[in-house]
Amino acid sequence: MTVYFDNAATTRVDPRVTELMVKIMNEDYGNPSSKYIMGLTAENYIKEAKERIASSLKVKPSEIVFTSGGTESDNMALIGTAMARKKRGKHIISCNIEHAAIYKTLEFLEKEGFEISFIGVDEKGHVDLEELKRTVRPDTILVSMMYVNNEIGAIEPIAEASRIVKSINPDCYFHTDAIQAYGKLTIRPKKEGIDLLSVSSHKIHGPKGVGFIYINEKVRIEPIIFGGGQQKDMRSGTENVPGIAGLGLAAELYSKNHEEYIKRILAVKDRLTERLEKIEGVKLNSLKGEESAPQIVSASFEGVRAEVLLHALEDKGVYVSSGSACSSNHPAISGTLKAIGVKKELLDSTLRFSFGIFNEPGEADYCSDCIEELLPVLRKYTRK
Amino acid sequence: MRYHSFLIKYAEIGTKGKNRYIFEDALIHQIKQHLKKVEGEFAVVKEQGRIYVNAKSDYDYDEVVEALKKVFGIVGICPMTQLADEGYEKLRQEIVKFIDEEYPDKHFTFKVRAKRTNKHYPVTSDEINADVGYDILTAFPETKVDVRNPEVMIHIEIRQQINVYSKTIKGAGGMPIGTNGKAMLLLSGGIDSPVAGYMIAKRGVMIEAVYFHAPPYTSERAKQKVVDLAKAVAGYSGPIKLHVVNFTEIQLYIYEQCPHDELTIIMRRYMMRIAERIAEETGCIGLITGESIGQVASQTMFSLQVTNEVCTLPVYRPVIGFDKQEIVDVAENIGTFETSILPYEDCCTIFVAKHPVTKPNINVIKKSETKLAEKIDEMMDTAVKTREEIICS
Repeated sequence: MTVYFDNAATTRVDPRVTELMVKIMNEDYGNPSSKYIMGLTAENYIKEAKERIASSLKVKPSEIVFTSGGTESDNMALIGTAMARKKRGKHIISCNIEHAAIYKTLEFLEKEGFEISFIGVDEKGHVDLEELKRTVRPDTILVSMMYVNNEIGAIEPIAEASRIVKSINPDCYFHTDAIQAYGKLTIRPKKEGIDLLSVSSHKIHGPKGVGFIYINEKVRIEPIIFGGGQQKDMRSGTENVPGIAGLGLAAELYSKNHEEYIKRILAVKDRLTERLEKIEGVKLNSLKGEESAPQIVSASFEGVRAEVLLHALEDKGVYVSSGSACSSNHPAISGTLKAIGVKKELLDSTLRFSFGIFNEPGEADYCSDCIEELLPVLRKYTRK
Repeated sequence: MRYHSFLIKYAEIGTKGKNRYIFEDALIHQIKQHLKKVEGEFAVVKEQGRIYVNAKSDYDYDEVVEALKKVFGIVGICPMTQLADEGYEKLRQEIVKFIDEEYPDKHFTFKVRAKRTNKHYPVTSDEINADVGYDILTAFPETKVDVRNPEVMIHIEIRQQINVYSKTIKGAGGMPIGTNGKAMLLLSGGIDSPVAGYMIAKRGVMIEAVYFHAPPYTSERAKQKVVDLAKAVAGYSGPIKLHVVNFTEIQLYIYEQCPHDELTIIMRRYMMRIAERIAEETGCIGLITGESIGQVASQTMFSLQVTNEVCTLPVYRPVIGFDKQEIVDVAENIGTFETSILPYEDCCTIFVAKHPVTKPNINVIKKSETKLAEKIDEMMDTAVKTREEIICS
């Protein structure tokens, strides 16, 4: 039995998406900038994708710019804002549980002379809004706050945070890394005061190597990639037409089937949560049901090293990740788990289970059975 | 094309008396093997006691030199310019041109060393030395002659054609692979064992390797890392057959039955036993380890004595007297260091005790091992039988 419980790392592409992409690669492979009919056909795929995405967020198609994925979108939001607004101020605010795509970009900006403040989180992983209120200044040009944390699934109070920021400094831009949130939660940038929003395609059963950034039409940022002037100069480079079309369809499928998909994913989460709770020495870091993201369960296993349990589960056909897959190449302990105050001895004992539309509650049972079987054995053989 | 040919210098194999041709043939074979990976066609020829690599097509100079630098047995690689014999005056002009192109900065001391194999050539070696020296001094007044200790030695070889060279690129040294026996390397994911394998291969020894895999305590990536290391060493030694032994069951059994501070030393004794069994099956006549005295608890002289005790084959430990930094230097040089430091757990470190024994007593260890009597033989048989073999090249 194979159980893929690592959908926060990446997902299986929906077969309908694959089919569309293959058709485009085989038949409609024109360059959207070409003047003949093939160019127009390609351009229309991009237009359609933009419309599909715009409708899922209730924004305008012209506010969507396609990128190579979440990391580029995050880079563009941060560097693009910094470049466009450095004369107004050099202060940027973020929080201490962000993804490396945000952290590392801010590190770069810090070297370029920007001042960065990080807001802390509570034990549930929610940002401290009081601290945010105290940190916003007249020269703050950008606040960047993730929508859903990738390691524990905490949902941040984005609308509330944006309201606070804008009430103090109406000129400040608000960016959210919505890579784990898009599709899973209903997001309305206009209502929630979001100016910039990053999304990746491969977390919603779309292909890798593509994503988008929503840029509110009232907001001006600089491009970070230069060339042939595609996408109204905001992101040069021949558009990844099959990828963009695939993302568009994946977005539409998620949006049209939202209720059904979330119900399905939540059923898996609830089953796994319920089972794990009953096992001795297991501590859940994610919240139950819809209090945290529907697709993520984080749990710490006393007396077991995460990597060993992970490989033991692998042996049973169950694929999960330790911490966040994006950072698992570095044995460095997760910043998020530390930030929410997970006990030191459990930091290295934490696994993340994440679900997609192809999972079923039965798989959560199989996974739990495996864990129940493995834990006593693994606990017996530990370093003394 | 700037250079047409490479003169291959070799040292030790020149001293092997009647066996000399065996070594030369092995070296030629190895050079051919290494050049197979390179673009272009080459003839490797033995001529009057020297080996030449002659280019038969276009080639990338750097790529060829890199390939030749990985052939054990080569001490020096001399890129040569070959000139047709178009008269002595023409030769003198060509050599001045050669020096001009080869050395943009003319502040150097030199000596000319001409040699005639073609004794019909109308000018003697001494006359060539004097004339060419004069030409160079006249053309480039910044240069100086130094016959005792020249910075540049200009070799002119008069044969059917004329070879001119002045640079020697350092080769890997050692002896050609295949001129000695075959040995089994205990390869972990660390820094030391690939270096040990490289050093023994350098003496002309063919290498096989054994890796102890302990899933789920070690991951597929850890195994891939060892495969990559074997490939890196194989770049010098030729293809390495890697035997991947599943060691988990034995390791856990030792953990259950034996005192914890003796775990590592007992584990290493079983690794040696298994390595020796596979060595015997595959015709290896020695074991190779990356042990270095005192580096860790299991590598004190006392521990080495206890580990060594289970082996009947000789155990070669080429880095035994090296400091860590000296091993790292070699690892960087042969390109294994970057891979070795990737952070994947290897099976020696998972259960290591906080305070392992550093002065194990052989009798105590043997007594502890009697607790394994019930199942260990069968487990070892299974481990040897179920091993996976991967050819790394």
